[in-house]
Amino acid sequence: MKELSHSNLLSAKADSLKPSGIRKFFDIVAEMDDVVSLGVGEPDFDTPWAVRDEGIYTLERGKTFYTSNAGLMELRKEITRFLKKRLGVRYDPAGECLVTVGGSEAIDLAFRAMLNPGDEVLIPEPCYVSYVPCAVLADGVPVTIPLQDKNEFRLTAKELEDHITEKTKILVLPFPNNPTGAVMRREDLEAVARVCLEHDLYVVSDEIYSELTYTGEDHVSIVQIPGMQERTILINGFSKAFAMTGWRLGYCCGPEAILSVMTKIHQFAIMCAPTNSQYAATVALRDCYGEVEKMREAYNQRRRFLLHAFRKMGLPCFEPFGAFYVFPCIREFGMTSEEFATRLLEEQRVAVVPGDAFGRSGEGFIRISYAYSLDALKEAVGRLEKFVTKLRENS
Amino acid sequence: MRESILTLLERNSRMTPDEIAVLLGSSSELIAAEIRKMEQENIICGYNTLIDWDKAGSDAVTALIEVRVTPQRGQGFDNIAERIYNYPEVQSVYLISGAYDLLVILEGKTLKEVSEFVSSKLSTLDTVLSTATHFILKKYKDDGIIFERKKKDERMSITP
Repeated sequence: MKELSHSNLLSAKADSLKPSGIRKFFDIVAEMDDVVSLGVGEPDFDTPWAVRDEGIYTLERGKTFYTSNAGLMELRKEITRFLKKRLGVRYDPAGECLVTVGGSEAIDLAFRAMLNPGDEVLIPEPCYVSYVPCAVLADGVPVTIPLQDKNEFRLTAKELEDHITEKTKILVLPFPNNPTGAVMRREDLEAVARVCLEHDLYVVSDEIYSELTYTGEDHVSIVQIPGMQERTILINGFSKAFAMTGWRLGYCCGPEAILSVMTKIHQFAIMCAPTNSQYAATVALRDCYGEVEKMREAYNQRRRFLLHAFRKMGLPCFEPFGAFYVFPCIREFGMTSEEFATRLLEEQRVAVVPGDAFGRSGEGFIRISYAYSLDALKEAVGRLEKFVTKLRENS
Repeated sequence: MRESILTLLERNSRMTPDEIAVLLGSSSELIAAEIRKMEQENIICGYNTLIDWDKAGSDAVTALIEVRVTPQRGQGFDNIAERIYNYPEVQSVYLISGAYDLLVILEGKTLKEVSEFVSSKLSTLDTVLSTATHFILKKYKDDGIIFERKKKDERMSITP
């Protein structure tokens, strides 16, 4: 009998993917006691009770069958109504809206529906960890655009233009951004849109944090810029806004030509998003926006608290206006992000995520999540200050 | 601004003007002045501590008493309400719409003490037509705080 050979067993493409840098860190933290973690990428709030109650109610009623591939029509109507209200853009719930298993599935589907072998996907970094591997799996070629601290990690038209080749097909727009908390203002998006139109680029706009911005103005989407809705896949979901991460429910909207192919792949790979979650999400959109506003206010207070604490500590950090992350710079300590995060964990039992886990341009930074109670943040900031003070004394 | 300050203080009355200023992106002088004003205007009426007395080992009993009364000419319910709320053992008095008029929340050391109060003091007031007393057996949630819930962070400690 022949021995199982590694090279035969696996898809070379899948095998070549680098495991997420976060995983290693998670394993270390899991072994430790008394860790104050600032490392999570999900809300600390419970899903609003009305949403959970609807989940329970539909289970009791036995509403446990498949839905249509694209998702419950009732939910798609709520989604398109919501987008109309928030962004002033119209989508047809019947052909331009697809309910997915989290925003993550929509990212994967968009790439698989649109990429041909060799097509390039522009991915601004630092960013969420799944764009690069998903592009590779869809036979695309990921091309990362390192974003700059001095631009507050916004994407500029110049940076975009510098990375465009004849093969460039898709631009990923991950704003409000995980891990930096950066948001794109309308004028930033207009400049980017001009380049996209000139070079005939399609946009995959991951706006999962759209409801968590703190500029005092509403989130601005690229689809609001004239000419962009017809070339953009807008991705959003329930995880961050409604604290529904475990329900695994997201959605995407866009031109019917692309959405129909995405729906076809979704049909073969997933069938439909979880029925229970779909009913619950319908209630979330219909009745629970008030809770989103309360959560946003709580996040904003924590954000101010952290920025104030960093200023007092003398830790440089631009003011992020979105998501629930701050991204302070730790270059002054002469360590890599990973060394800094590892020592902070070992010496003060505070878990943060090294910035380079989100791409090379995140090196020199750490991601701190404020999806924690103020009390937890106070404790963590106290420990961080001790750590930083000691490092400075010893240098 | 006032509403934000009140929302924070309602949840934690020990928060200092300095802390509130950081959270709301304001200055502590401004916050302190606003709080003082609200104290003077009796918008902020006091700073309480929410206590689970059961857990503290107290045997005190709390009763909700529905009271039906005859309103008085020119006074409405205010006069009778005052005669009731002046008793120190009375925690709260609300004027209520519906089947009865006043809801009185009363705290006593024992069941007997509460029933004594109702029969000798409350029922004997001229304008009181009838009372119905309900003893509270267990407090699940008070002033927006759920007593029993132990909040444990169920999330994984590091996620992307």
